[in-house]
Amino acid sequence: MTARPHTDLKEALVRTGYVADDSLAMALHLALSLGRPLLLEGPAGVGKTEVAKSLADHLGARLIRLQCYEGLDASHAIYEWNYQRQLLAIRADHASEETLFSDRYLLKRPLLEAISQDRAPVLLIDEIDRADEEFEAYLLEILSDFQITIPEIGTVTAKARPIVILTANGTRDLSDALRRRCLYAYIDYPDRETELAILARRGPALEARLARQIIGVVQALRREDLDKKPGIAEMLDWAAALAGLGINDLTEDRAALQATLVCLLKTAADRDAAPPEVLDRIIGRVA
Amino acid sequence: MAVTRFPARASGIADRIAGFVAHLRMNGLQPGPAETADTLAVLGLVTATDPAEVRLALKSLMATDAAGWRRFDDLFDAYWFNAGKTRSATTSAHVRIQSARPTLWQGHIDPVGEAGDSDGETAPGAEDGEAEGIDGRLIATRTDNLRKRDLRELMDEDSRRAAERAARDLARAIRDRRSRRRRQARRGAMLDLRRIQRASLARGGEPIDLFRKARPDRPMRIVVLCDVSGSMQVYARVFLAFVKGLIDTDARADAYLFHTRLMRVTGALRDHDSLRAAGRLSLMAEGFGGGTDIGGALAAFADAHAARALSSRSIVIILSDGYCTGTPARLAEALARIRRRAGRIVWLNPLLGWKDYAPVAAGIAAALPCLDAHLPANTIDALAALEPEFARL
Repeated sequence: MTARPHTDLKEALVRTGYVADDSLAMALHLALSLGRPLLLEGPAGVGKTEVAKSLADHLGARLIRLQCYEGLDASHAIYEWNYQRQLLAIRADHASEETLFSDRYLLKRPLLEAISQDRAPVLLIDEIDRADEEFEAYLLEILSDFQITIPEIGTVTAKARPIVILTANGTRDLSDALRRRCLYAYIDYPDRETELAILARRGPALEARLARQIIGVVQALRREDLDKKPGIAEMLDWAAALAGLGINDLTEDRAALQATLVCLLKTAADRDAAPPEVLDRIIGRVA
Repeated sequence: MAVTRFPARASGIADRIAGFVAHLRMNGLQPGPAETADTLAVLGLVTATDPAEVRLALKSLMATDAAGWRRFDDLFDAYWFNAGKTRSATTSAHVRIQSARPTLWQGHIDPVGEAGDSDGETAPGAEDGEAEGIDGRLIATRTDNLRKRDLRELMDEDSRRAAERAARDLARAIRDRRSRRRRQARRGAMLDLRRIQRASLARGGEPIDLFRKARPDRPMRIVVLCDVSGSMQVYARVFLAFVKGLIDTDARADAYLFHTRLMRVTGALRDHDSLRAAGRLSLMAEGFGGGTDIGGALAAFADAHAARALSSRSIVIILSDGYCTGTPARLAEALARIRRRAGRIVWLNPLLGWKDYAPVAAGIAAALPCLDAHLPANTIDALAALEPEFARL
């Protein structure tokens, strides 16, 4: 039997609590081996962010997270001088220019933080599609060279290449250049077996029958025409809620069940789209 | 397992991989030379003799978006196992040639080049969704024309570019709604000196906290509903190019086509490859050229999409001639519902460009009270000329 690094990685991730499918495990394996960034796409709530956390956990590396948002700029993503302290230092100690522009007064933001680590961290750039296109272009430069130039100090080059994971939700299209730089994996909603495994790993201890019912209902709901399909986090919330209420069988207590649906259906339109009759039909099918 | 169909001259793995990359390129994925080189590196990292592993590895490397990710498995099978379908760009273009240029369109598409060939054609209307009324006016009929129209034929490069330009200008005229007032902002062109001064008091007179102000950007969201029924086919080329231009230039815009049914086409139009976009569009617009049910389509829009697509900053543009088989009351009611959600409703009517046209058709007469503007548009130039009108809305 030859070594199968990606299945090893998959098992290692399961130990940290993340159930990955084969294609994701392979993508992660390649990203680690080739040192290339990995771009993850998929619907909301399938655990894209969680991948980075589990990977950091598995590698024992530090997780540095950059949450992107509209209007994110260099001073929040890369570095900023601590102007208040600088001004105080000028007033109090008549500090010279060299001391003013030194590490003491430098506020490291996630990107600079990530490349100034001694040991390779996992750098999670979350929801990159929310950031502006200019930032994306700048990010490309960092992702290819792993160095940042600070005019007052000089160029900081990464001592250890961070493992970069980007996630995107389709808020806007990413540039081809960025896509090309990255390895790619699309994470879809998990299939039945995978989701059962996730529930067993991350959820409360449940009877096997209830677990099957929960997954059945969630998977059926995803097939309905909903605005916001329930993700894995929602499924786990729901499982926790059911466990907390002491419900052992979904077919028993319809009123309580209807009440717990707030965990799964998060818009008024969706709640209207899944009236009790639809729910009865779904439960009838999975029970 | 079927025999792989390597070219006989393919000597080693590098050749085969190069062939595979070429195969992917032909099918719309865009691996560059760097990916070809990386492939060999990747094969060193996995068990290169295990097809499942190689498939996963190459998938991660070659796919760059969700569409590519979904198609990759088929393409992989097609090349290495000779099993899937090869969907090469050249073949499909060739097959399309027969269906391209449907006879009915000829007179309109290329009046100069093709005028001579069209002598055998029937007049538009005789065999389509349109019927000629007794007095010669067009009356919409309720037939769902299931013939496929190839919209690619409708979009040649020049007209597409002109339409895109018009769309861009219009979108700008509508969207540039910036306020005169300035508000506090994180990134702004101007310093908010008043606040800076006030905050500096707490710092002993040093202006440490810098506040900025900017004009708030108040973009309008454009939602286009384009009528592609039989009576509109003369204008469909212009309007579809216009809609495509609008979608391409404005990331927020939203587009729908309707005849007897309504369908959202934003996704199809966003496709980077405009030929493929047109191809997808023609699949979606099956029944293109049939009758119209404007009221029903607008009601469907109000039911299914309005809640998400409309806000008080939306401007709804309806491209239609107003000939409708539904009852005028239904149209008025649907428009009123949209009206309650949308900021503005503009009806662009190609017939308004005619000299003696008066909006007396029952449908359009019922719609008029709900509209903010009812403007003529039958050519790209006419669309472009609407810019000042839109700026005033």
